[in-house]
Amino acid sequence: MSTNDLLALLPIILLCGASVIAMLLVAVKRNHRVMHAFTVAAFIIALLALFRQPDNMPYLIAPLFVVDKFALFNTGLILAAGLSVLLLSYNYFEQREERKEEYYILLLLATVGGLVLLSSRHFISLFLGLETMSISLYGLIAYLRTRERSDEAGIKYLLLAALSSAFLLFGMALVYAEAGTMDFVGIGQYLKGINEPPVAVVAGFGLMLIGVGFKLGIVPFHMWAPDIYEGAPLPVAAYIATVSKGSMLVLLMRFYRDVNGYDYTILWWVFAIIAMASMFVGNWLALMQRNVKRLLAYSSISHMGYILIAFLAGQEAGQEAVMFYLVAYVITSIGAFGVLALLSDSINDAEMLEDFTGLFWRQPWLAAIFTAMLLSLAGIPLTAGFIGKFYVVAAGVSSGLWLLLALLVVNSVIGLFYYIRLVAVMFQPLEGVPVRKRLPFFGVFALSALMVLLLWLGIYPSVLIAMIRDMMLSMG
Amino acid sequence: MILLAFILFPLIGAFLAWASAAVHTSLPRWVALLVMLAGLILAAGIWIQPEPASIAGADWRYVYHQPWMPRFGISLSLAMDGLSLLMIVLTFFLGALAVLVSWDEIQDRTGFYFFNLLFVLGGIAGVFLVMDLFLFYFFWEVMLIPMYFLIGIWGHGHRLYAALKFFLFTQAGGLLMLLSILGLYFVHGASTGVYTFSYAELLQTPMAQGTGRWLMLGFMAAFLVKLPAFPFHTWLPDAHTEAPTAGSVILAGLLLKTGAYGILRFVLPLFPEASHAFGEWFMLMGAIGILYGGQLAYAQTDFKRLVAYTSVSHMGFVLVGAFAFNELAYQGVVMQMITHGISTGALFMIAGVLYERLHTRELEKMGGLWAALPGLGTITMVFVMASLGLPGLGNFIAEFLILAGSWQAYPWIAVLAAIGLVVATVYSLRIMQKVFFGMTLREFKLKDMSLREAVMLLPLVIAIIWLGLFPQRVIDTAAKGAPSVAFQHKDK
Repeated sequence: MSTNDLLALLPIILLCGASVIAMLLVAVKRNHRVMHAFTVAAFIIALLALFRQPDNMPYLIAPLFVVDKFALFNTGLILAAGLSVLLLSYNYFEQREERKEEYYILLLLATVGGLVLLSSRHFISLFLGLETMSISLYGLIAYLRTRERSDEAGIKYLLLAALSSAFLLFGMALVYAEAGTMDFVGIGQYLKGINEPPVAVVAGFGLMLIGVGFKLGIVPFHMWAPDIYEGAPLPVAAYIATVSKGSMLVLLMRFYRDVNGYDYTILWWVFAIIAMASMFVGNWLALMQRNVKRLLAYSSISHMGYILIAFLAGQEAGQEAVMFYLVAYVITSIGAFGVLALLSDSINDAEMLEDFTGLFWRQPWLAAIFTAMLLSLAGIPLTAGFIGKFYVVAAGVSSGLWLLLALLVVNSVIGLFYYIRLVAVMFQPLEGVPVRKRLPFFGVFALSALMVLLLWLGIYPSVLIAMIRDMMLSMG
Repeated sequence: MILLAFILFPLIGAFLAWASAAVHTSLPRWVALLVMLAGLILAAGIWIQPEPASIAGADWRYVYHQPWMPRFGISLSLAMDGLSLLMIVLTFFLGALAVLVSWDEIQDRTGFYFFNLLFVLGGIAGVFLVMDLFLFYFFWEVMLIPMYFLIGIWGHGHRLYAALKFFLFTQAGGLLMLLSILGLYFVHGASTGVYTFSYAELLQTPMAQGTGRWLMLGFMAAFLVKLPAFPFHTWLPDAHTEAPTAGSVILAGLLLKTGAYGILRFVLPLFPEASHAFGEWFMLMGAIGILYGGQLAYAQTDFKRLVAYTSVSHMGFVLVGAFAFNELAYQGVVMQMITHGISTGALFMIAGVLYERLHTRELEKMGGLWAALPGLGTITMVFVMASLGLPGLGNFIAEFLILAGSWQAYPWIAVLAAIGLVVATVYSLRIMQKVFFGMTLREFKLKDMSLREAVMLLPLVIAIIWLGLFPQRVIDTAAKGAPSVAFQHKDK
């Protein structure tokens, strides 16, 4: 390995090192504050490392990795998402569990897994990254052992994730058996070389789709989402919604492009049906949901459906739209879960609709942030979600996906119903004198930053658009 | 630059009003009033000035252009012609009155209330000024959220239901319009190679007949809901009835006008062929709305609900006139937009004034109020007469012009619409009779209009009479915004 290789993988290496040091720190003395500060520092340093990259992009580290602008951008996104989750975690864990330090180690490891996925171009690195992330997530989801739904969520995720990994492995094996290579580009060349892909390869892709679909939480592989969101600690739920789904999506985009997935109509239709089903099922089940965590879970299923529409639009505009939507989605999801996390007390999470009654008169700033996040999810102007939805629709129109777009419109209206209902609950008049809870500084700071970002992207998205465009063009 | 001021005044004022609530709870009112009056003076100043030479070959009085999102060809592009000018004057006029209306009615959370009020007005001003279709959609949506809060927080009994219904209806229409806007964008881009949302450039989009018709229907979905036209009107009675008085005034006076404005500004010039193809059907839709709205208005027992249904009826005239494709009907439509805003706004204010005294909107519980409230009765009489189309008041001019114009296009639809005037007489007189005449067993005393109420109602009286006697001023101003492209289009 050359210096440049190390430089290209610096964020991953830094986080790996950080997790080892973190483990040692716990061995020396348990101190939540030190641990938190250390992890935050590790994330920030990893983010800074992004600016020290080899010049010749895309940089290939054969056979496992490729570091290109696409990977770099998403590494930045995932690290920033992880950092925001971290900032929201301190207070949440401080008031609960006794042993809080291991949480940070697991979070570091899960992020390592995510980062590996972002730049992998090979089945081996794909599987390693995926499993590193999944195994850390088992621990993270069941972290608050004493709570009633923790174990259920942890076991459920463990079983289903293991099952889906098995499918993924089997699929990869089938593809490898025919193609003779595990390299994405190699598989693409193999497929180009033959006219009709053999049954084994088709079956392999199908099985892989199950594995990928599970991680993305798209219908019909979505069943785990609401239970896990409900049972997991809130920062972890935010983490799953953003980092885990986001990195899988990025991997899917890379794989799809390398194997020329857009050439196969049948694959297109499979994704189209999944997109439609995700939109409808997600929105439909969220409609009457009174538990806000479950509501956000269902809403994230439907948002994956919207993203898939942009994904299916293909070409430049579609890929750009996916990236923009992903950024908007990450900001809003963390923001929404963050508000929930800050409102939770040491015994209960703020999760039922009733917990939010009159929030605007109790905690105006938090309510304003939550409103902004919900409106962004609903795609109302002045927020990043609006530009994201606009981007998706624009991509769809340019590829003439009228059926999918019509369904998107229908679903946006259904979605509005439950977002707006939640907003309405927050603005209901309050009886009695409001009791104000003191809010942790870092949490409010992180949320405020997210809201500023949300509005900035909603009002002046040109900078991000130019960045994404530049990145996509460099990919060719 | 001056155009930007019309949008920024209310938007910045909104934040100021919210912030000022921390100092004193009555301060937001003053902030809101000052902002609205400043805008009104500015707009009136432009109107009084002699017409400047037109800019860039078109009839624009002012233009403002600033790139915003070059990736998509979106720019912050504003322009003002006669039509926009009239609408802006109306916006700030009714806006200032809406602030006065809320003066005593709204006592809790004044900061946030006036924030929402000013934000809606800012969004409406934006809709009337933008010349970029993306931005148009943007402002179209920006109006919704604050209006939702106005109805949902400060409204009456079923406010949440009404607010949600309003929101879902308009949003559904809006999204279909977004699809059409994007469709137009890509059709234009595909044929010319220039991807832009600029109104001026999209006007010259060559399109196949079928494409044009579908795109036009997408736009119409948003405007018909907002107008509202039968059968998309069902959100309106709920929203109007449950909203606080100022909310009803803004809804009836301004929000409905954005739909009419959209038809005149976008649908007719962008899709002349499709407009002609469907014109007859939309006129018929308008005529049905006139009769159906009038009939339902007659059946109501709730004052505000009654007035709400009269809006459906009156806005039917707008739809009839807009698709008659001639100068006469177009002038009538512009007049109708203004006079309906004034007369219906006034009726909602009167409903609010009565509600403050009687705490009911039920017509059955009113009656015989003339003796107690002669001043208010007189003013109500003026607007009831305006609503039924009495010559000498603004509404008469408007409806007469529309009928005369649409007679040239489709006589039988003009006949249907004219029957609407009879219906209007019936329901309008019923208001007067139920509220002010008849027997009463009331024994408590009622105060006649206060100074504030007089200050907010008298300008409306003056305006409606002035419009009835001297409509030429408005007609001259509006002439410069006529979608003459659509008038000249011949496909027969």
